[in-house]
Formats: sequence, C-alpha cells, structure tokens
Amino acid sequence: MHAPVSAAALAEADRATRAADRARRNGALVTHAILILGVALFALPIWIVLMGSTHDAATISRGEVPLLPGAEGLANYLTAWGEGSAKTTRAPVSAMMLNSFVMALLITFGKIAISLTSAYAVVFFRFPGRMLAFWSIFITLMLPVEVRIFPTFKVVSDLGLVNTYAGLIVPLIASATATLLFRQFFLTIPDELVEAAKMDGAGPLRFFKDVVLPLSTTNMAALFVIMFVYGWNQYLWPLLITTTGDVETIVIGIVRMLGSEADTDWHIVMATTVMALLPPVAVVILMQRWFVKGLVESEK
Amino acid sequence: MQRRVIFPDKGLPYLLLAPQLAITLVFFFLPAGQAIWFSFLRQDAFGIRTEFVWFENFAELFADPLYLDSIRVTVVFAAGVTLLAMSVALGLAVLADRQIRGATAYKTLLIWPYAIAPAIAAILWIFIFHPQIGLAGRFLNGIGVAWDYKLNGAQALLVVVLASAWKQVSYNFLFFLAGLQSIPRSVLEAAAIDGASESRRFWTIVFPLLSPTTFFLLVINITYAFFDTFGVIDALTKGGPAKATTTLIYRAYIDGRVNLDLGSSSAQSVVLMVAVIALTALQFRYIERKVHY
Repeated sequence: MHAPVSAAALAEADRATRAADRARRNGALVTHAILILGVALFALPIWIVLMGSTHDAATISRGEVPLLPGAEGLANYLTAWGEGSAKTTRAPVSAMMLNSFVMALLITFGKIAISLTSAYAVVFFRFPGRMLAFWSIFITLMLPVEVRIFPTFKVVSDLGLVNTYAGLIVPLIASATATLLFRQFFLTIPDELVEAAKMDGAGPLRFFKDVVLPLSTTNMAALFVIMFVYGWNQYLWPLLITTTGDVETIVIGIVRMLGSEADTDWHIVMATTVMALLPPVAVVILMQRWFVKGLVESEK
Repeated sequence: MQRRVIFPDKGLPYLLLAPQLAITLVFFFLPAGQAIWFSFLRQDAFGIRTEFVWFENFAELFADPLYLDSIRVTVVFAAGVTLLAMSVALGLAVLADRQIRGATAYKTLLIWPYAIAPAIAAILWIFIFHPQIGLAGRFLNGIGVAWDYKLNGAQALLVVVLASAWKQVSYNFLFFLAGLQSIPRSVLEAAAIDGASESRRFWTIVFPLLSPTTFFLLVINITYAFFDTFGVIDALTKGGPAKATTTLIYRAYIDGRVNLDLGSSSAQSVVLMVAVIALTALQFRYIERKVHY
C-alpha cells in the first residue's frame, strides 16, 4: 500500500521533526522568559520597599535605595508598629491596622448579611413593591460613593457620625453586586426543595437557616475575598470621615505619613507599606479559587 | 424572574429587606437627590443667603477653562491607564494560556496586585520614580534627563498612569485568561494544520472571539480610571503640578472639601453621575447581548 520510502526522505522527515521540536522548545523558552519578566516587573516595587524597610533613614534619603536587606528591619517594624512616624502621623501602625481590620470585616459581613436577606426576600416571597425594592437596590450600582461624596458626607455629619466606626462603615454596606449575585443563585434552587421543606412544616426562616445558608457558602466565600479587599482599600470615604487619629485606617494613615517632603521618615513609611498591603494580598492568595469564582460571577 | 414555589408570609419580606433599603435610602438616594437640588443653588460667601439659580452652576462649570482642562486630563489619563493595563494583560494572558509548564504558578504570581490599594500602589511607585530616592528617578537624573514629577506636568501624568495601570493589569489578566481558556482548542488546531501562522491565528480567530471580554474590560477600566484612582493621585501628586493631574473626581473633591463651593461641587457630582449612568448602561447592553447569544 505504501509507496517505497527512500532513506533520504526518511532523514529529511526526521530533520524536519527535530527542527520543529527545537522551534517549539525555543518558543516555550521565550514564553517563560517574557512571563518571568512580567512577574519580576510586578514584584519589583514590592522588592524595593521590602528591602528599603530594613535600612535606616539616612541611607534612603541619601538616595541609596538598597536592593539587598539591611540590619535595621526589626527596629523599623517595631517603631512603625508601636509609634508610627513621629513627625507626621497621629497614630501608631498597630492602631490603624486594627481600624482597617474592623472596617474591612464589618463591611464584608454587613454586605453579605444584608444582601443575603434582601435577595431571599425578593426571590422567595411575592409582595407589593417587590420589583420597586429590587430596582432601587439595583440602581445603586450607578451611584458609587465618589460621585455623591459631599452630599453623603453632609448626611453622615448631620447624623453626628463623623469620626465613628458607624460613619466609616454603614454608608458602604449596601451592595447591589452581592444582592444580584445571591438573587441569581437563589433562582437556581430547585422548586422541589422548597416544596419538600414546606411539606415538612419548615417556615421561611427555618428554610433560610437550614437549606439556603449552607448552600450559599461558596458564594459567601467568594464575596468575602472581594469585599474584604474592597473594604481594606477604601480611600476617599475614610479620608473625609476621619478627621482625628482615632478611627484612621492604615491606607489613609500611610499617605498622611508622607507629609511634607522634608519630614518623611522613609524607612518607617516603607515598613508600614509592607504591613498595609499584607492582609488583603494574603486573603487573595490564600483564597484564590473563591476569589476568581467571585470575580467572574459578580462581574458577568 | 419569579419562582413558582414561594412562602406566603406578608410582613417578613419587608423585614428582610429593611436594612438594605434603609441604607440605600439614607446614604444613596437622599444624597443623590440633594446633589441634584444643590446643583441649582448658590450660597453667598457667608453661607447665609441661598438663591435658586437654575443651570448657572453648570453654565459656569463648562465655561471654566480649568474645568475643561480637568476633562482633558481625565480623558488622557483614562485612555492611558486603559490602553496600558489592557494591552499588557492581554500579552501576558496569551503567553500564560500557551500549554507550558507552571501556568498556574504564573497565574498566582500575577494576580496579587489586585489586592493592593491604589494609594499603596502609588507609594510603591514613589520609590521608583522619586527624583532623589527613587531607583528610576535617580537613574534618569544621572543620565541627564531633568526628571522631577513634582515639577513637570507630563512626567506627573505619566507616573500616575503607570501606578494606576500597574494595579489594574492583574484584574484584566484574569478575565483575558478566562476568555482565552473558553476558546475551543480544536478551532485553533484546525487553523494551525491549515498552516495559519501564530499571529494570523491570533488576529483572525482569538481576538474576535475575545471581543466581548475586551469590551467588558474596556468599560470596567474606564470606570476604574475615573473613580478608583483618587488614592493614586492624592498620594502621588495631589492633582499637581499646576493641575496637570487634576481629574474630574479630584477637582470635585477640592472644590467641595477645600474651597467649600457647594453649588459647583454638586453640579460636578451631577455631571459625574450622568457619566457613570452612561458607562453602566453600556455595560448592561453588553451583558444583555451576551445573554441572548
């Protein structure tokens, strides 16, 4: 059946295969090289700050930002943690980190809690004003805090909530995104399940607690990552609402630490930067699977 | 939209909705309504007399060369951030999507900048571009470039664009990678067998199939550049030098917070609300189309 194959043709084919292999290997090598370069580019600023945070102030202000670790690391971190930057800040890093934790966690739990109950209400009940309620939550997607910042500030200050955790947190707790996500998920719960629960005599609260909540844990985990990062990284709102050091968050505190050029304790700023970015980055990396799921589901 | 089996309770759903609706009314609708109302008012210098001035605040705003300038800055800034963040992310995603070893590791190594606050990203970049202590800043000055983003407007804009885009690449990367992985391998293999070169396969097959993702990211990135980069600008340049990095949000902040100009700042809020509504509407048209396909 086959045409007789000459030795020369075989050698030729072999050469071609090897050339293709070599090209593929080289291609993969280039791919890896570019990706590693990309990763390095993203890590470079972090590396500089990490190394800088282990040197003394004089080295950094002389402009000798070092690319290798120094000996002052522990001292810098302890100073930042316990005292902060003496010339410019109003609070030590430990206090500001605690504020950021309280704010990020309460925003996260608050958003998840009130979105769960509102989505449950619009999906599992029929009542007058149901669509109106749904749309008024939905439309807040179009009103980010940045565009209505002063009127919102005025409302909060009229309520006497400036410089309080409540003022910092409550206005950011409403979440159209989370409500939409939970609503979509609740719509996929089979009718038979609800029917069975009703037959067993379970009321709506019982069904919520025993069936809906356990089924929603994956969605909650996914939202937790996104909302925690959102809460931790807030900037404009805390900037307006915190006028004393008491409820200052780390992200605001660190920018205030920069102060005027001559007064900046660069080594303390660097140590603080590392501490400020650690919690959200840790949450994203540790919960990567849920983070990706949450992002893709909530945005699409 | 509605399930078949529901619970019959009358009062309970209202109770369940109450927290979210209360917050929405007090902190969303009330302020938004007030912004619209205040944008038609003008107070005298002492805040005693208030006058209803119709559209005067808006007319003044759009006659103000500084406001028009901040529109121009916002457009340049948003275009720069969007183009840079999206093209770098697409490049990296295409590479990470090739069947190579360690693709998961690259993914992990590339997504963490998402978690960094814009203001913190700005501080990281200070240590690169600061004229006296920054790595690149000192290098540029060393080779004779007069580098000081605190004095040179174009350099300041470049630095805020870089810092803002740097943070956004990881987000775009995730979505591009997800988009690429949903393209059927068989189509690409068939094209490869037909002898289509890699770049030809990319432009005739991959890129068109990615267009919904690209469009979605375009809207998200513009929104990000408009609203979420306040921290970058505040930490790096405070809108300067000579307002070279004053975007619309930054200007609204300065007019309200520093200049206490209620009428003008409210008018600016209203202009921004219109911009967000337009962007969101675009985004939903896209989603709707996607659902129908």
